[in-house]
Formats: sequence, C-alpha cells, structure tokens
Amino acid sequence: MPGIESANPFYYVAREELPQLPPPTSQRGFGGWMRTNLFATPRDTVLSIVVLLLLVWMIPPMVQWLFIDAVWTGEGREACLGPDVGACWAFVEAKFGQFIYGRYPLEERWRVDLTAVLLIIGLVPIAIPSVPYKRENAIYLLVVFPILAFILLTGQFGLVPVETSRWGGLLVTLVVAIVGIVVSFPFGILLALGRRSNLPIVKTLSVVFIEFWRGVPLITVLFMSSVMLPLFLPENVTFDKLLRALIGVALFASAYMAEVVRGGLQAIPKGQYEASDAMGITYWQGMRLIILPQALKLVIPGIVNTFIGLFKDTSLVLIIGIFDLLGIVQQNFTDPNWITPVTPATGLIFAAFVYFIFCFSMSRYSVFMERRLDTGHRS
Amino acid sequence: MKYSILSAVAGVAVAAGLSATAASAATLDDVKGKGFLQCGVSTGLAGFSAPDDAGDWNGIDVDLCRAVAAAVFNDADAVKFSPLSAKERFTALQSGEIDLLSRNTTWTMSRDTELGLNFAGVNYYDGQGFMVRKSLGVNSALQLSGASVCVQTGTTTELNLTDYFKANNMTYNPVVFEKLEEVNAAYDSNRCDVYTTDQSGLYAIRLGLGSPDEHIVLPEVISKEPLGPVVRQGDDQWFNIVKWVHFAMINAEEMGITSENVDEMRESTDPNVMRLLGKEGKFGEDIGLTNDWAYQVIKHVGNYGEVFEANVGETTPLGIARGLNALWSKGGLQYAPPVR
Repeated sequence: MPGIESANPFYYVAREELPQLPPPTSQRGFGGWMRTNLFATPRDTVLSIVVLLLLVWMIPPMVQWLFIDAVWTGEGREACLGPDVGACWAFVEAKFGQFIYGRYPLEERWRVDLTAVLLIIGLVPIAIPSVPYKRENAIYLLVVFPILAFILLTGQFGLVPVETSRWGGLLVTLVVAIVGIVVSFPFGILLALGRRSNLPIVKTLSVVFIEFWRGVPLITVLFMSSVMLPLFLPENVTFDKLLRALIGVALFASAYMAEVVRGGLQAIPKGQYEASDAMGITYWQGMRLIILPQALKLVIPGIVNTFIGLFKDTSLVLIIGIFDLLGIVQQNFTDPNWITPVTPATGLIFAAFVYFIFCFSMSRYSVFMERRLDTGHRS
Repeated sequence: MKYSILSAVAGVAVAAGLSATAASAATLDDVKGKGFLQCGVSTGLAGFSAPDDAGDWNGIDVDLCRAVAAAVFNDADAVKFSPLSAKERFTALQSGEIDLLSRNTTWTMSRDTELGLNFAGVNYYDGQGFMVRKSLGVNSALQLSGASVCVQTGTTTELNLTDYFKANNMTYNPVVFEKLEEVNAAYDSNRCDVYTTDQSGLYAIRLGLGSPDEHIVLPEVISKEPLGPVVRQGDDQWFNIVKWVHFAMINAEEMGITSENVDEMRESTDPNVMRLLGKEGKFGEDIGLTNDWAYQVIKHVGNYGEVFEANVGETTPLGIARGLNALWSKGGLQYAPPVR
C-alpha cells in the first residue's frame, strides 16, 4: 500500500491504546487467587494441603464441643454431666455477674455500669481523630473521669461504701489495667527524659528507678506488698490491698514504658534536637512540640505492646488474693454445685475470649493510629 | 520451700508481733467496735469456702466464721471474708488484718508454737486417703498391693504413701506428676488405678471426673491432717470464744439441738441443755458474750452436724461421709467438753 506509506511513514505504530484485557482465567477470581497464593509451587501445595487437613481435623470437633454439644441453660452441675457434653455455658451464665463485677453488691452494680458508660463517653470521641475539642476531652478523661469513677466505685458522698475487697472480675482487671496505663504513660515519658538528661541527680535517680523495677519480677513486688508490708506497718494500719497492687503495677509499667520511649528518643536524629535548641524555645517546649511527637509516633508498636502486656499481667493480682477476671473464674471452679469435667475448660475459654477482645482491640487501634500518623518519612 | 518462706515470715512476724500482740489483746473489743468479724478463708476450696452463684461464701470454714459472728453480734452475717492464699494466711492474722483464720489450716506443733498463733479446735479431721474405680472391686486400702498410684511429687503425700505401703508390706508403682491438674488427668485417663491425696480433696476431685459415680474413696486415712480455726496468741478471751463456739456446735449436735428445734429446746428442763442455751448460769458473760450466745450460734448457723451435712455431707454433690468427723459417741473424733 504505497499510498498509506507515503502519507504516514509510521503506519505500523498503533495510534490508539489497545483496551486492557482481563488477566487469563487461570489467574482470575478465587481459582487464580488459590493458584498464586496456595498452590504456586509443589512445596506450597504440600504445605497448603497439610494445613487444610489440620483445619478439617480440628475445627469440626471444636465447633461440636463449643456449640453443638454445649449446654446453654441449666441450674447446676447435673445439667453439664454426661459422656457427650460439650462446653458448659450454663456455668458462665450463672456466674456472669460475678465474672464482671466480682462480689460488688447486687443493688449497687449500676454504679459500675455508670462508670463504664462515663468511660466510654470520654474514650470514644478521643479515639476518633476527626472529633473536635480534644483538649477538653482529655481533661475530662484524665481529671474528671477518675474523680467520678473513684466516687462512684468506692462510694463517697452518701453512696453506700463498697470496699475494694468486694470488687472483682472484669471490673478489677479494667481498673488495674487502666490505672496502670494512665499512670505509666506520663511517668514513663518523664523517666525516659530523665534518663537522657544531663543533670546528674535526675539521671541517676531515673536509671536507678528504671533498673530496679525492671530487675524485680512483678509477682515478687505484689507478694512483698501483701505479705511483708503489713508486718512493717503498725498494728491495725492496713492499707488497701487493691491500692497496693495498683501502685505496684503502675511503678512497674512506668519503668517498662520509660525504656520504650527512650528507644524512640534515641531514634530521633541529633539535628532535630539541635534545631529545637536553635529555635530559642525552652527544653520543655522543644520536647513537647518537636521531639516527643516524632519519638512517640515511632514507638507506637512498643507502647501498645507494653499496654497489652500490662493488661494481661493484671491477672497476677490473684497471688495477693484479689480476684480479677481470671481469678474469679478459677475461684468458681471450686463451687461444689458446678464442679464437672467441662467446667474448667469452659470458664477458661470464656476468660480467654474476654482478654482477646480487649487486647485485639488495642492492637487494631494502634495499627490505625500508626497509619494515620505516618507522615511518610519512610519510603 | 513452703516452710522456709513460712519460717522466714514467721521470724519477722514474731519480731514485729511482740508489741502488736499486746496492743491487740482485746480482739473481742476490736471486733465489737468495728461491728463485724474479719475472717480469713481460702481462695476457693469446695465444701470449705467457695462462692455460690450469687457470690456469697459457703462452706464449713465459712460457717465457723458465721457462728462466731452470731455469738458476738447475734447476726451471722456480720462477717467480712478475706480470701487468703496459703502463704498470706498467717501474716494476715499476725498483722491484725483478720480476727480469725478459718482456712482449712492443718494444726501442727510448729505452727502452734512458733508462729505466735493458737489453734482453737478441729472443725474437720482430714487425712490422706485413696480413691479407686469401683470396677476394681476394692474396698480397703490394704487390698491395693501391686497397684499403680497417681500422686503429686514433692509433697508429704508422696512420703506418707511410701511409708504406708512399706509398713503394710505391699508394693506399688508410683506415677508421679508435678501439678495437681496433671494428676487428675492421668487418673481420669486410666493411667493409674489409685489416686491419693487428702480425703477432702479426693471428694472434690471425684466431682470433676468424667463419671463421679464410678469412683469410690476408700475408708482408710493414713495421715493426720486436723484442720481448724486459728487465732492470735496472747488473747485468751478471744481464743476461748472461738474454741467454745465450736464446742457449742458439737454439744448441740450431741444433745439433738438443731437450728429448727432450738426454740423448743430452750424450754427444756434438761440441765445440760439449759446451761448450753443460757437458761442457767452465766457462761456467756464469763467469756464476754451474752448468756444466749450458744442459742444464737445454733439458731443462725446450726449445730456441727447440720453444718457438715449442708456443706460437704451425703446430700451435697461432694457426698463426704462423716467418718472421723462423726461425734465421739458415734465412732468419730468430734468431742466437746461439757458446759458446766
């Protein structure tokens, strides 16, 4: 075709983009996904099949035990006896109040509920970045709420007093964990700054504090506070067991938090410190506006790790006769009206499930915050 | 290990406690002043002190606390319970955190003499026993020669077992485990013929087995584990109160006084009953209580037999036979001096 040739010497070049074709059927949809992710190589294939068989082997009996053979209602152990009985949810149902509130008096439990509602009112808006009034919200959460919670839970100003020895279950777990988290975060930051300080006394005190509390096991601290401390106090001066545990846990968590934060501080290039000095702002302003926002962002995974660890460590208060969620579940295994072969397993699964909900939520929220705060310094 | 901690604690306790005991001489006045009895119980032991569905404490140790409260306040509910671990219990008593320890505590000489404490009686005679499957057809521990025995390692239980079999010229294969749960699982899965530990424990463990009815606790008791309430040394009045509350419950059972018929029995002309229930003499006032103290105990809590049956007896899931805990007049060891 000489005509075309002369009109356009690049006649063989496509003049418009070809429409994109769908990937070949072998790589499309569920089949394609399986082929690339599960059966790409012979080794993958073998592994996939083994895992699949494991699942087939494990899941049906688990579902059978947890749900199909499970006992959902019943008045006592007779309901959960028998050769083919699965989980005894009737036990959890009968003891549910105790698992949540411990021995908190029945007619006063609304106070615990109200405290929980007050906490949620403060927590939800502060957790959602787009909600305004963060400063007021934080003041409510860190100053107003603790006072209200203290008044409500212990019973001040005309409310019926409820001693902490009657608290238990999830209530104690949350009180210990939240106090630990709220106290350890600011203290940890202060200790981390103290450890990097040039002032020798501040530095030494911080190092001694951190190393001491990291060096002793929490269980020892709790044990000492409950067994030895009363002997050193004058007769009849008892101070609250739960308070002792709270102080122990808070000091402990602060030391761990300090080291996590210090990791973040060390990752900030020296130039940032020098720049903040060069701006002519004070040390605290520099820390608050320049260094800490960067450092804390870096160590979100470490901080959340410490929080989750702390949340789970709360079950150690059992050793000093405070019954947190796990403690009260285990204690109820000894109720002769509910002793059956399946009771312990059921109770422990319930406790594990509750712990999982809390720890998993914390971990997901941290992932969310990490993504949100990622200002793209890394490629 | 347990004992080294205990004695270390005890050393400090005695040193710190000398002044303390003097200050706390009048536990009764303290208790009356507070308006309630602070009672140390276990952190959970079926039949002795365990929570029910409402979260209230139940058990024979708990009922002893309630009985003392009834004697002091005419109100069995004027008690606050402190659940204590085995390690905390003596310190809690020493430091005045609790007024009475009623926590399945074995009465031994060293505890009685070295810790600055006094045992006020025995509210449950426990001891090491054996549990077997009914299908074995065994009804005495002396028939157990050649059996495999599940036992927790490193305990006095293990030593008692060795001694017992040696003394009776029998052989056995020990199947030992570190943890109680492991022993339970091993016995349940038929890895041994016999399970040995304290009898009260055996009854509780039996409940948790696949089919409790197929197992039987043998009658032999091969060790002495007298469990009883403990008070601080140096306060004889309080010691007497706890001791006699327990005795009153035993005497009441012996005289046939129950929580139901106590009001009728109060009209009785039997001098023994009249003295116990405060119709004659001033026995209550002599120990700092009201004269109807025993009436209040029986009215609100019951006699020893009632307490036993309600918490651990044959009608409860535990189904423990009276055995050593029967009255002395019925072949057991529970014996109380007369009120005279």
